[in-house]
Amino acid sequence: MVGITAYGAYIPKRRLNRMAIIQSMGWLAPALMTAAAGERSMCNWDEDAMTMAVAAARDCMTGMDKSAVSAAYLASTSLPFKERQNCGILTTALNLPEEGLVTADFTASLKSGTTALLTGIDAVRGEGKDHVLVTASDARQTKCAWFFEMWYGDGAASLLLGKDNVIAEFKGAHSVSCDFVGAYRGANAKFDYGWEERWIREQGFTKIIPAAINGALEKCGLSMDDISKVVYPCHLSPRVHQSIAKPLKAGPEKIQDNMAAVLGDTGAAHPLMMFVAALEEANPGDKIVVASFGQGCDALVFEVTDNIKKLPARAGVKGSLANRKEEAQYSKFQKFRDLVNVEMGIRAEANKQTALSAMWRYRKQVLGLVGGKCTKCGTPQYPKVRMCVNPSCGAVDTMEEHAFADKAGIIKSYTGDMLAVSVDPPAIYGLIQFEGGGRALFDFTDCELADVKVGQPVKMSLRMKYYDEARDFHGYYWKAVPQT
Amino acid sequence: MATGIRDKVAILGMGCSKFGERWDMGADDLLVEAFQECIEDAGIDKNEIQAAWLGTCFPEISVGQSALPLSISLRLPNIPVTRVENFCASGTESFRGAVYAVASGAYDICLAAGVEKLKDTGYGGLPEFGANAGPRAWMTGVNMTAPGSFAQLASGYGAKYKKSDEEIKRALAHVSAKSHANGVKNPKAHLRKAVSEEQIMAAPIIAHPLGLFDCCGVSDGSACAIVTTPEIAKSLGKTDLISVKAIQLSLSNGYEMGYNEWEVDHFVTTSKASEKAYEEAGIKNPREEVSMMEVHDCFSITEMVTMEDLHISPRGEAIKDIMDGFYDADGKVPCQIDGGLKCFGHPIGASGLRMLYEMYLQLLGRAGDRQLKDPRIGLTHNLGGFPFMNVCSVAIIGRHG
Repeated sequence: MVGITAYGAYIPKRRLNRMAIIQSMGWLAPALMTAAAGERSMCNWDEDAMTMAVAAARDCMTGMDKSAVSAAYLASTSLPFKERQNCGILTTALNLPEEGLVTADFTASLKSGTTALLTGIDAVRGEGKDHVLVTASDARQTKCAWFFEMWYGDGAASLLLGKDNVIAEFKGAHSVSCDFVGAYRGANAKFDYGWEERWIREQGFTKIIPAAINGALEKCGLSMDDISKVVYPCHLSPRVHQSIAKPLKAGPEKIQDNMAAVLGDTGAAHPLMMFVAALEEANPGDKIVVASFGQGCDALVFEVTDNIKKLPARAGVKGSLANRKEEAQYSKFQKFRDLVNVEMGIRAEANKQTALSAMWRYRKQVLGLVGGKCTKCGTPQYPKVRMCVNPSCGAVDTMEEHAFADKAGIIKSYTGDMLAVSVDPPAIYGLIQFEGGGRALFDFTDCELADVKVGQPVKMSLRMKYYDEARDFHGYYWKAVPQT
Repeated sequence: MATGIRDKVAILGMGCSKFGERWDMGADDLLVEAFQECIEDAGIDKNEIQAAWLGTCFPEISVGQSALPLSISLRLPNIPVTRVENFCASGTESFRGAVYAVASGAYDICLAAGVEKLKDTGYGGLPEFGANAGPRAWMTGVNMTAPGSFAQLASGYGAKYKKSDEEIKRALAHVSAKSHANGVKNPKAHLRKAVSEEQIMAAPIIAHPLGLFDCCGVSDGSACAIVTTPEIAKSLGKTDLISVKAIQLSLSNGYEMGYNEWEVDHFVTTSKASEKAYEEAGIKNPREEVSMMEVHDCFSITEMVTMEDLHISPRGEAIKDIMDGFYDADGKVPCQIDGGLKCFGHPIGASGLRMLYEMYLQLLGRAGDRQLKDPRIGLTHNLGGFPFMNVCSVAIIGRHG
């Protein structure tokens, strides 16, 4: 049996109330009011498609054996690098074995998430790859005061594919590939350019998605009556989203909520995000069809198995949506996404060049948060260096790798720094002590100074550490997220 | 068997520039200002100086590398000159080099100088570390400033000794108010304005819980010392000799940062350096025997916990001593009688020598309005780096013999 063996998701904690956009920009674009219901997710200033992909993949791998993953695919239209495989950042952050691992980025289309999923299924079925990790993530940049800003959200979803302990068996798929361009982003552009929504609805969504889904059902010898949930994205109004199901003869109870009111459309991640939400509510025996919409559509049919009840607890979509903080200030959204030119002071001018040779040497430390454990005295320590830090040991070259990313930690000291250059002052940071040993100073994120205490538990999260404007380089590292 | 430095070297003369925002002077000019006072005090000719040391911490933004800036500024007669840098202990390192050179018998008379020109950056506070901190700084270094690193001591100390934020904040305010009161009496001090505890506690936060007045001044300035043997000093007609009793250094080895014990409540290095210094100086009970101190009050919280690491206040009781006025100008062990880093200012490479300068003046009864009654032993302390990994120096000087 081939199919899904685990799922995960990540949605940034911050949710921008769409009325905050209206309150700030409604004078300029009153038509936005038609799309102002609910809220959308927004990345913290140190989050992007890359960091969300890592978070979703970690959620997906909860309780799973990372060392068994033999291929990892990353789908997105908003990755930080054009050359330098972004999936390599993901797999290094997950501390996957480098030997025997196949990695690939799937990009340039909003259907790339399902295409990566299909390719992953093919790999498990045909190439002897027992465990394939497919992650989709998007945080698309949008111009101020336009519908894209209202419609889109930020988020990532991740699926592990395999042959054993399958929770949703793959039954079949059908794809339609065509150069339908509802919106595009040129290779050197920051923002999407889109065509009239009525045309996209009539010639795109309501024709291409049903064609692919019907094709998939036909291949599987199924009819809509056999299907419990139909999962497909549409960033236009909820009414348009519902209308796409009409030619499929799927009743409203079968249409998976696209979460427009609480999340927004997460681009390449959205079909997978909605699929994860469907799996969270699914019962054994349910058949789910998952479809995307980009330059065409991939439709895949799955059947949920009894194993879904045994999947270890994880945040998923439900948990991610519940971990929520409303952001009422639109100006924060603008600054976090670098849409306004704010004075950051002379201190911010420091040279941020990254030594690529050092980055390679320290990749496991920097991206994987891998430290050391002395094989002589057993002391976990960070970073991994040649001499043991234990004052009563001091052994040389006795260190084995010791991963800290998933270790529980507590705060030993902290401050909120108003002098440090920060997009969202104060810069909060402090000393983290890991359970079982090992400690280091880390920046804190997704927290308020008033809530931070000595002794408070933290979880580690890969975030953007710095952005080198001069060389267009995103640097990533781990930060501590205080748990309240 | 090593016998330590006690009474082997005497201070022949000292000088210190006015500290502050010296827009009018470069580092070379400041060196000359301190040196003129120093050589006059020493009563020797410049050509009698046989070797010299220069301490600076941020040469990138002022003098540049090498010891040439000292040799050229003072037109030294082609003698050996060495630049030393050890964070905020750089000034004391310079002194240590000169003192050890005399003690070794290699030279008769040596010069220790320190200078820092910090006010050419275009912004307040210390220069950014990022650009010169090595390839891993941006990759893994925390977005940390000096106040933010030391501020964390308040959270660690409070958690360990069950002290409330309010108690700590009040004690810190007293620390800074005391230094401001002392600074008023010092014509060379950067900041000469009395500030109340209430004003201090109401000031804007720099790094929680430290406010503006919990942070020392970032200043331009220079200080220097000429040292020789007690015998040569006497032969030059000096009568009230001030000699070096101890100079100790202790550096972190990664234990605080990397092992699992330290609780961000004190300075491991200061605790060790002061023990060794007392032993070197023959001091058995520092709380009774130390007459006065100049400690590294880069931030009020640093001074507070340092009182315990110097073994003057018992562990957990620094707040009580501070609030009792133990370290005030009229207290048992006056601390920062010249205003400290807080108000005299903190041109890093000069600071260790500036502290010794005040102890020297006090011991000779030349401290004017702020003269203490009959001090015999003066202690200076520098702490460079961060609580998590640092360089600590402790020096003790006193009346010879």
